[in-house]
Amino acid sequence: MRRLLPTPSTRPLVRLLLAAALLVATWPGPARPAAAARTAPAAGARPARIVSLVPAATEMLFAIGAGPRLVGVSSYDHFPPQVNRLPRVGALIDPDLERIFELHPDLVVLYATQDDLRQQLDHAGIPAYPFINGASLSDVLSTIRSLGARVGSDTEAAALDARLTARIDAVKAAVAGRPRPRTLLVFQRAPFALRDIYASGGVGFLNDMLEVAGGDNVFADIKRQSVQISSETVIARAPQAILELHYTQPLSPADLAREAATWNVLGSVPAVRDHQVHLLVGDDLVVPGPRIAEGIERMARALHPDAFKGK
Amino acid sequence: MTAPPPAPAIRRQLFVTLLVFGSAAAATILMAPLVGPTRLSLGRVFDRALPFAQNADAQIFFIARLPRVLAAALVGCALATSGVVFQALLRNPLASPDTLGVSAGAALGAIIAITFDLQVHVAGLTAVPLASFLGAAGGLLIVYLLSTARRQGLSTNVLLLAGVTLNAFFAALILFMQYLADFTQTFRTVRWLMGDLDVAGYAPIAAAAPLVLVSLVAFAFLPRPLNLLSLGSEAAAARGVDVVGAQRLALVSASLATGAAVALAGPIGFVGIIVPHLVRLLVGPDHRLVLPASACFGAMFLVACDLVARTAFAPLQLPVGIITAVLGGPFFLWLLLRRAEGRM
Repeated sequence: MRRLLPTPSTRPLVRLLLAAALLVATWPGPARPAAAARTAPAAGARPARIVSLVPAATEMLFAIGAGPRLVGVSSYDHFPPQVNRLPRVGALIDPDLERIFELHPDLVVLYATQDDLRQQLDHAGIPAYPFINGASLSDVLSTIRSLGARVGSDTEAAALDARLTARIDAVKAAVAGRPRPRTLLVFQRAPFALRDIYASGGVGFLNDMLEVAGGDNVFADIKRQSVQISSETVIARAPQAILELHYTQPLSPADLAREAATWNVLGSVPAVRDHQVHLLVGDDLVVPGPRIAEGIERMARALHPDAFKGK
Repeated sequence: MTAPPPAPAIRRQLFVTLLVFGSAAAATILMAPLVGPTRLSLGRVFDRALPFAQNADAQIFFIARLPRVLAAALVGCALATSGVVFQALLRNPLASPDTLGVSAGAALGAIIAITFDLQVHVAGLTAVPLASFLGAAGGLLIVYLLSTARRQGLSTNVLLLAGVTLNAFFAALILFMQYLADFTQTFRTVRWLMGDLDVAGYAPIAAAAPLVLVSLVAFAFLPRPLNLLSLGSEAAAARGVDVVGAQRLALVSASLATGAAVALAGPIGFVGIIVPHLVRLLVGPDHRLVLPASACFGAMFLVACDLVARTAFAPLQLPVGIITAVLGGPFFLWLLLRRAEGRM
């Protein structure tokens, strides 16, 4: 009966496949500027029933006044609060095609990586807008304009772009000439332990937000959006400020204080020594949508409180 | 199997084995914390004049590297020895610490803690390792109940099938949890499943170490029964082995070591299945030699793999599970082929 093997190899395989699927699905991939242009809008058509599978796009649509035309959103949409009244149609890996068809959309905003879904929509004659996940801050602004153009709200999109650009410029002006702290921007970490730390590398909209807010990324030399780091790297790179984003669970003030204190063990790091570890709470910092201006302002206030005194 | 060598001969072999494997392991463990992406000055690391809070070298050494090396040694030792025990007990060369569902139970516990964002902390331990150990204990309890289900002991086939079933059961629950989880949680669970020795402090190691030590003490009673059990349980019983007792001791202690290791560092593959074979190729099949040699070799192997994982692409770090298979696989094949040629 030696042939009757427990196949201990199947479970790791499943894990590997899962991991690969997740990586492929969330991988920003090479920029595909042509993707948006490929789905040519029907001439003069102004979509009236929009389904959005992308929270950032949902926020953009609301911000340019197209919110009332949304008839369905993804299972991860939380903002603005109006989304809670809309039907949920799945998300990146589990879009609910049947539910989408039921809503009779005349435009579906989906991730550029959702090729299967786009093909299925094509067959059904439903136009799609492939959303390219914000590779940079300027991508976020140009996506606002291109999405605005696609839904026939060009003017509102241009106005939103101008408002956001003005707020971003105001932050740039406020921090100009001030010493730029070498900053570690952590966007994920195991709760209450310096373990599984993920930080922003030198590319991506989070890195851009930090640069605008007057900080120099300690991992600017690593041209990746996300970097898994050990505590050794934190000590060795000696950041002068640590910004840590908390956006999944609402944490009590006591738990937030405990999370901040988790860093205290690394006493030799200048940011820890000089009490420059700042926890920023809220998902406005991680959704590459119209709230990025707010996120940039909050980062800048944490890094340069003096620049915003009395404002 | 040939008759085991007489006692004085085995004592000499054991001495040589322990000397060779033990000193190699000790050297690796002592050397590993000195190597890393950052250059350290040993003088500064142990400079008492400088307050610890201001001494970056000492902080890197004591906070970042030493816990990692100790965790790697402990986990490598636990996985390799329990792999030996499972392979002997189940009389199956493909058995590993993952075979009986204890590590799948540990994984389920960890993933529940991640998915529901459990916020528990006891004595420096966070929710994920705690839940993971509870999951392992659940798996262990099931395994123990299985082992006591029949008074005359269990056939290896029954145990193997029970293991397959438990693994499938836990895997289904893990997938269900992942389905419930959101993006960041799914990412954390996938990352946890890759294994990670960056355990962030000594508390998790201090919690896992006693459990592994208890198992190692239990393993010390096992070499002779395991040698005889490999001939079959009837043959072993005929030579005076308490088959049921030995099976239970082996099952429970190997499962305990596995549970502690997985709770500490996640499921790190390859060590528990290949290190035992590697060691058998080097010292022969006698468990009096295989067990202690595997303890040393497992520790040394995982410490070395983790060293590669944290330095090869520094400041990025790789999951150590990738390194164990990528480095260990070809080495094992080479050894296997060389031995096969030697026999021809």
